Amino acid sequence: MFHIYCPYCAEYREEEEFHPKGQAHIARPADPTASSDDAWGDYLFFRDNPRGVHHELWVHAVGCRKFFNITRDTRSYAILETYRMGEQPGVTAETATLAERDIERRTSDTATIQGVPS
Amino acid sequence: MARVAQFDPHPVQGAATQSPLHHRAASKPSGDSRVTLVELAFLDHLVLRGEPQGLAASVQAVLGLELPVEPQRLVIGETGSLQWLSPDEWLLIVAAGEGFRLQRELREALGDSHFSIVDVSGGQTLLELGGERAIDVLMKSTVYDVDPRAFPIGKGVTSVFAKATAVIRRVGEERWELVVRRSFADYCLRWLLDAGEEYGIDYRPAKVAATTPRAAVADTETVS
Repeated sequence: MFHIYCPYCAEYREEEEFHPKGQAHIARPADPTASSDDAWGDYLFFRDNPRGVHHELWVHAVGCRKFFNITRDTRSYAILETYRMGEQPGVTAETATLAERDIERRTSDTATIQGVPS
Repeated sequence: MARVAQFDPHPVQGAATQSPLHHRAASKPSGDSRVTLVELAFLDHLVLRGEPQGLAASVQAVLGLELPVEPQRLVIGETGSLQWLSPDEWLLIVAAGEGFRLQRELREALGDSHFSIVDVSGGQTLLELGGERAIDVLMKSTVYDVDPRAFPIGKGVTSVFAKATAVIRRVGEERWELVVRRSFADYCLRWLLDAGEEYGIDYRPAKVAATTPRAAVADTETVS
């Protein structure tokens, strides 16, 4: 089971208390009547499904019942950060890729030293 | 004051009231009892919502309780208890029959500010779990860490309890309170009786809180 940090309760809580609510940061077209069918369709129905860093909306359903955001890696299920509604993510696909390259470089260095084929 | 229709849920003294656990008889263990369970029925539960900075002063003035703004805090005073439920939501539990009076006073004190007070007494009930093995019963029942190091006196959380949910509060060294939904009360009680069996759980049905004599409130539909 995961322990998820709720930014409102300010502590780690059991995964059982939370529900995922899909992709975060979906902006509603400012003027729906002026938006094209394509733009409106994208807004209503189409969601990202990235391999890697993904920003999601979650709700602390059994608890404070507040919505908040989680940045999660869809490959490893690792939760990179949680932040309140209205805030911007600190970890994005770009920053995470850079950090990952760092880790990969370090591990490949170690692998060479130890002579373990990667 | 905002135009809000208010009504006294208990307009007549001594009106028939039924606890959600009225059908369960007391169960006394044959041997030693190291866990006690009692329902504190018919207390008045109010949910306060609003911005903490707007509520704090009026709450202090009317209830004599400090509005807990830190997460998971529970404040207990003479008037009753006030618990943080969410950044803009608090649970106030006061003596039976006090809810309506306090609600009116709070509404008056808060005036035109943006807030909400809802009487939820009919929707939930309070169970008190006590005794040296009460903590073991809780450990079997909830995913939350109830270890004294993580759960000091004066802390209250909403979490998963059995397969339902409950507000779990620690009010004393070996005293815990559970706020459960009325419709889940029977399930939670049966769960507790089963979980507490090995510790000789001693269950006594609703301890009817002494009703304080109240001045009759004439206007039940207050629009001011």
